[in-house]
Amino acid sequence: MLVRAIAIAVGLMGGSAAMAQQNPQSPRDTTPAFTSVDSIDARVQGCVTCHGHQGQGTSSGYFPRIAGKPAGYLYNQLLAFKNGTRKYPPMNYLVAYLPDKYLHEIAEHFAGERPPFAAREITPADPAVVTRGQSLVTGGDESRGIPACVACHGERLTGMEPGIPGLAGLRPTYIVAQLTRWQLGDRHATEPDCMKRIATRLSDQDIVAVAAWLSRQEAPKDLSPESSNLIRMPLACGSQPRK
Amino acid sequence: MRKRTRFALFVVIGLVVAMVALYLLRPGLLPRMEGARTNATTEIIERGEYLARAGDCVACHTEVNGPAFAGGRPMPTPFGNLYVPNITPDDDTGIGLWSSDDFYRMMHTGVSRDGTLLYPAMPFANYTNVTREDSDAIYAYLMSVPPVKRENRPHELRFPFNQRELLIGWRTLYFREGEYQPDPKQSEQWNRGAYLVKGLGHCSMCHTAVNALGGSRESQAFEGGMIPNQNWYAPSLTSNREAGLGNWDLQDIADLLQVGTSKRGAVYGPMAEVVYNSLQYLTDDDAKAMAVYLRSLPPRDSEPPPPSQARLVDPSVMELGRKTYEEQCSMCHGKEGEGHGVSFPPLAGNQSITMSSPVNSIRMVLNGGYSPGTKKNPRPHGMPPFSHLLDDKAVAAVVTYIRVAWNNSGTPVTPEQANELRTLIPE
Ligand code: HEC
Ligand code: HEC
Ligand code: HEC
Ligand code: HEC
Ligand code: HEC
Repeated sequence: MLVRAIAIAVGLMGGSAAMAQQNPQSPRDTTPAFTSVDSIDARVQGCVTCHGHQGQGTSSGYFPRIAGKPAGYLYNQLLAFKNGTRKYPPMNYLVAYLPDKYLHEIAEHFAGERPPFAAREITPADPAVVTRGQSLVTGGDESRGIPACVACHGERLTGMEPGIPGLAGLRPTYIVAQLTRWQLGDRHATEPDCMKRIATRLSDQDIVAVAAWLSRQEAPKDLSPESSNLIRMPLACGSQPRK
Repeated sequence: MRKRTRFALFVVIGLVVAMVALYLLRPGLLPRMEGARTNATTEIIERGEYLARAGDCVACHTEVNGPAFAGGRPMPTPFGNLYVPNITPDDDTGIGLWSSDDFYRMMHTGVSRDGTLLYPAMPFANYTNVTREDSDAIYAYLMSVPPVKRENRPHELRFPFNQRELLIGWRTLYFREGEYQPDPKQSEQWNRGAYLVKGLGHCSMCHTAVNALGGSRESQAFEGGMIPNQNWYAPSLTSNREAGLGNWDLQDIADLLQVGTSKRGAVYGPMAEVVYNSLQYLTDDDAKAMAVYLRSLPPRDSEPPPPSQARLVDPSVMELGRKTYEEQCSMCHGKEGEGHGVSFPPLAGNQSITMSSPVNSIRMVLNGGYSPGTKKNPRPHGMPPFSHLLDDKAVAAVVTYIRVAWNNSGTPVTPEQANELRTLIPE
């Protein structure tokens, strides 16, 4: 329960006065700047104070990295923010009146960016918890019908084209918040929503464990997502159509 | 004293009698005319679609992510939530059984098919201007969209506002029924613009202050006001100190409405919604006609704006504002607030920044915003939010700075004003 309370509190924090106190480590990453007005770079300046210039995410806690994730995944998220099925009011408001085609272009733009990862943010955790996290991510838990995360998110955790995001380099607070939102029905993906099925099978302790292990992993050098459907996924996912 | 009480009593009794009489006389079902439904041609249906867009029916009558016109969207009002009804042609839950007479009566008088008086949140006070011919075209279009079976959700209004009979009083005070009458002294273009702005465009619904009863007077039309429950300020369209367009080029006005941005300013907040769902679909001719009419609205105040208040601002506030502006804003809005074409609006000499209410500018700095993506500007530029980077003092300082720098004639704002708006959810 505590985990949920924290996750929700963090989720609601973005954009509130509380965050105004925290200054990002390197202000240049989040200060608007561009060279040519008529470029996609100038057009996505509306995103930079939160996601950074290349979508690297900013150090103020909750703002996620979006760079290098599969374009299809980013596009699905932007559509979900636009039509309100994924909720984060500051983003829902920004993209509400942007045409789908433009959102696609913006998704392509950030999918193509390869900024370096920020320093890992490691929260203290019991070694046993970290080991539990590792076994869930790499092997799942058959007895409870939890498939290995790597089966879909890729052996190197860099995701899979076109619809599955990487899990490398995400902050632990963000991972906990997203999985909790799926459990609570506050985040949805296209049906069949495989992540909902998985998240509801995870206990609060599992979620903490997974986040702890994932955030301890060094991001791989080559961030490119795996190509589409080289493997059969253990569960069907609406956002990852089968060929 | 005695006399006055008695007089008041008479007035009250008179009003009660009038209300009862009006209540008894309230409208019922219209007689059915068999075979009155004519076969609408493609041309009429298409014109109806165009007019329905000009009326922005879809914005209110569609739930976010729901099927078009199927209703269900909550509409917050100071009196509680209204749930906008289904107007798809479903026989059981929509308006499938309505005749074009029923529909015209609704548009023209605000009375539903079964005689129910409608709340003025449905802008019939504007739509009453719409001609019978145009009403019929909209009707034909709505009959042609896919019917959706979806029960209307009852409104959640507080007592006494849930008593529709009260609307009789409201209507006597604020509603004037009548189709638009062209002004023979004006050009055809001007009249077309006036017809669209006063009628389907229902611009006065936001751009006029509403009183505690949710009414607005014709005489105050376009004088501007806060939009209840949204905390955006819809500026006056008649004052050159607000969004009065008296000194704008016609093309800039037409661009603002149809493109969503112009050399003089861009739209955001609720106005971005209006452009996105409605005005971007106007023909060039209609956008021009609206511009001609808007530019001709008589200015409410003709005195020149007050001189710059810059010297009244605390120098340390001015310095913090200037520094913040240079670091965070000047790359887009220009060193001297000159903006950059239609991509980044100018802040110098921009009335919508200097007008007396600073609400919109503060909200822009806190939440940022993208101009709406339109047919003529499908890849709009945007402004990032600063709420997580600037504290109340810095927000107030930078908004103060843009309101007084470069000979702008606005007044300073306080950190408290910034703080109040910070707690709102962006929308
Ligand atoms: C106010 C800060 C802010 C701004 C500005 C902002 N975002 Fe976000 N964005 C966030 C936060 C916080 C999340 C995570 C929301 C959640 O909890 O679901 C997010 C999530 C996302 C995601 C989903 C990430 C994922 O891995 O699932 C995408 C894609 C995205 N943003 C793109 C954009 C784009 C494009 C823009 C500019 C048009 C933008 N954002 C502007 C704060 C912001
Ligand atoms: C059957 C395939 C599948 C498996 C197995 C799977 N995922 Fe996912 N995951 C997805 C898909 C598809 C998405 C994207 C959903 C969307 O479109 O929003 C996703 C998204 C996510 C996200 C959101 C990332 C972001 O940037 O917002 C997280 C976190 C996540 N998964 C964690 C996990 C964890 C932890 C496991 C293992 C316990 C796991 N996933 C197993 C398919 C899978
Ligand atoms: C600003 C929001 C708004 C706009 C714009 C709007 N409506 Fe409505 N409409 C409402 C609301 C709210 C009601 C319900 C009023 C009530 O219950 O008294 C309503 C009621 C109606 C009804 C009566 C339905 C019934 O079952 O009684 C019809 C028909 C209708 N609208 C058609 C239209 C058409 C056609 C347009 C565009 C030309 C339009 N509306 C534009 C808000 C709006
Ligand atoms: C839903 C409420 C709403 C409706 C309906 C509406 N407006 Fe607005 N309008 C606003 C708000 C809020 C602003 C202030 C934000 C802005 O400047 O974009 C605004 C701003 C404007 C501006 C000034 C823009 C600038 O940058 O100076 C003009 C001109 C305008 N509206 C014209 C119209 C016309 C014409 C109509 C009818 C076709 C209309 N509005 C309908 C809410 C509304
Ligand atoms: C990345 C470029 C960019 C930056 C940086 C930026 N803006 Fe903006 N600004 C815009 C754009 C684009 C719009 C029009 C947005 C819209 O239409 O929704 C705008 C609109 C505005 C408006 C409303 C203008 C009007 O016509 O009413 C104000 C006020 C404003 N900005 C102030 C600021 C201030 C103060 C800063 C610095 C704290 C700032 N902006 C930083 C791009 C920017």
